[in-house]
Amino acid sequence: MGQQRVAVVGVGQTKHQATRGDVSLAGLVREAAVRALEDAGMAWADVDAVVVGKAPDFFEGVMMPELYLADALGAVGKPLLRVHTAGSVGGSTAIVAAQLVQAGIHERVLTVAFEKQSDSEAMWALSLPIPFQPPMHAGAGGYFAPHVRSYMARAKAPDHIGILVALKDRLNALKNPYAHLHEHDISFDSIRDSMMLWDPIRYAETCPSSDGACAMVLASERVADAADGPVAWVHGTAMRSEPTMSADRDPVLPRGGADCARDVFAQAGITDPRRQVDCVEMYVPFSWFEPMWLENLGFAEAGEGWRLVEDGVTQLDGELPVNMSGGVLSSNPIGASGMLRFAEAALQVRDRAGEHQVDGARTAVGHAYGGGSQFFAMWVVGSDKP
Amino acid sequence: MIEVAVVATAQMPNVRAETLRNEVEMLMPVLQEVRARAGLDRTEIGFTCSGSTDYLCGQAFSFVSTLDGVGPWPPIQESHVEMDGAWALYEAWVKLQLGEVDTALVYSYGKSSPGSIHEVLSRQLDPYHVAPLWPDAIGLAALQARAVLDAGKATEADLAEVACRSRRAALANPNAQLRWDRSVEQHLAEEPIVDPLRRSDCPPITDGACAVVLAAGGRARELVERPAWIRGIDHRVEPMALGLRDLTSSESARLAAERAGVGEGPVDVAELHAPFSHQELILRAALGLEDHPNVNPSGGALAANPVMVAGLTRIAEVSQRILDGAADRGVAHATSGPCLQQNLVCVLEGDR
Repeated sequence: MGQQRVAVVGVGQTKHQATRGDVSLAGLVREAAVRALEDAGMAWADVDAVVVGKAPDFFEGVMMPELYLADALGAVGKPLLRVHTAGSVGGSTAIVAAQLVQAGIHERVLTVAFEKQSDSEAMWALSLPIPFQPPMHAGAGGYFAPHVRSYMARAKAPDHIGILVALKDRLNALKNPYAHLHEHDISFDSIRDSMMLWDPIRYAETCPSSDGACAMVLASERVADAADGPVAWVHGTAMRSEPTMSADRDPVLPRGGADCARDVFAQAGITDPRRQVDCVEMYVPFSWFEPMWLENLGFAEAGEGWRLVEDGVTQLDGELPVNMSGGVLSSNPIGASGMLRFAEAALQVRDRAGEHQVDGARTAVGHAYGGGSQFFAMWVVGSDKP
Repeated sequence: MIEVAVVATAQMPNVRAETLRNEVEMLMPVLQEVRARAGLDRTEIGFTCSGSTDYLCGQAFSFVSTLDGVGPWPPIQESHVEMDGAWALYEAWVKLQLGEVDTALVYSYGKSSPGSIHEVLSRQLDPYHVAPLWPDAIGLAALQARAVLDAGKATEADLAEVACRSRRAALANPNAQLRWDRSVEQHLAEEPIVDPLRRSDCPPITDGACAVVLAAGGRARELVERPAWIRGIDHRVEPMALGLRDLTSSESARLAAERAGVGEGPVDVAELHAPFSHQELILRAALGLEDHPNVNPSGGALAANPVMVAGLTRIAEVSQRILDGAADRGVAHATSGPCLQQNLVCVLEGDR
């Protein structure tokens, strides 16, 4: 009894921006869902089940908001699941949706992830409060800055690598009409001169806080074969979690991330990711995480990730383009950010990425992480059937 | 489909307020107990899935800290739903269908005591039109109870019978929180707190935790003598807005029960997640168990209602009876959302 094949047959996303004051929560998720259904050539009634993902409910002040959104997402009379695995949630949600098809339970699953961060103050929401934790930091950048500093020391990486990543991602975002940040005047110098927020992370090397949603329709082989346009076949999915507090952990190059990558590449038959993968969307909320994840996921040897950045390998026209959409550095509705990575990978292998399309992309990776670099979700999608 | 069974269950004794231990400390003995009962070491669990909500802890990403209680090292395959643990069990069941792993740990926990749970639950409601009015959970349930009475589907004495029977059944359940032997007349002598609901028609406020271990096919038979096989499991949702549904019946529970195959065999025992007395009557009708003699032998949610846990507890209660040989085929139900908005039904059966 093998698993059923599953493919992405529809992708939709909102215009991401600091405040989407023009839509309610329901309006925001519907904007993405309607676009995904249109892309799939489906109507609400065609959907068998809905899987919703988002990060903490406190961000919008609605407890378990999928219950309120059930009606807006056409889930009435259907199964509705709500996933929450911290920052990796957008990726995990897509994986749970894919599994419903792989297990042969459903044929058409709508999956939606969102965050409307303008409803609250995400930076303080991400600063763990007393009495639960000692007040060690303000914002996620405060938590991750020591990891970045440690990486720089270990890899002997020169200081400008983070600036190169930020510049690349923000320039890629100019080609993505849905991206939050469209900074036409950005330059190496403007990033270097931006305020140092959490040394060594500068303001222009951090992700924005966005309102946005992403949706996908995942379908069985039978449905995907009948689709009009190109589909993205899922070649592998994997998730890993590790503790917050453990002396065994290396948060700079976490074992969970490496295990997750090994697992997903093995499923997809990938033995040399650097050569066999055409492009990667990875979760890079602070610029330095690009070289860190390149190493953690096996695209570069330990200590060598930053050289790929410096050599231009990860540019849109490089050998291994990374974050073609502009990435988390250009749009960050937290709950949706993981799914946006997975969706961009699907768009690339469907040749539907518009101006940020990588020519001839046939195998792409989507990656998301969350918590204190402790939750990981990945998938590999391809133009061809697995 | 791959056959999947519950092979072990464990519960924390439900209490009004667990003031000395945090969520991780509450959960760890339950996890240790369930793994010991399944005969599995921490590293032998293929997949882990949990259910909880940040709104009880008052902390964003609260489940992240709780995961440390599992001991996830080396890194594990793991997921979390912001739902009752019954839906975490559903996700784990789906994962086991893929045939990659053959064991799963499912847990959920909830401390309702630190906040004002009936008001906290009002934060689930439509944030633009309803939540600003702060309608609390008892008030909404009372609207539903009134609709049931007005439709002639039950009397206040019927509600009292459910409440009295549940607390009486709980006398035999060491994990229950509210246990007593009172008559329908004593119940009806109470003044309603939100008409027509009396205090005894309402669930207690509870802190609790529950865990189960699932195993697939041959692995389940290796681990225990009599696995509780999941023969059918399905869940459905309705619109949240109370004006868009018939509050006196549960279409989503009926549909889930039909899809799970409740009616395809005899039912020895049913555990229905009915926090309010009238809701048991709605659910009995939806599941075709109107006159069933063995509903909620644990006392149900009227005897202990740990929010986010009470649904998974229903599955654990039915499973344990099958594991023990006390029942052959049973039905477990979980609910979420105001006035039974979302419902899950699971049919469990032992080898004969």
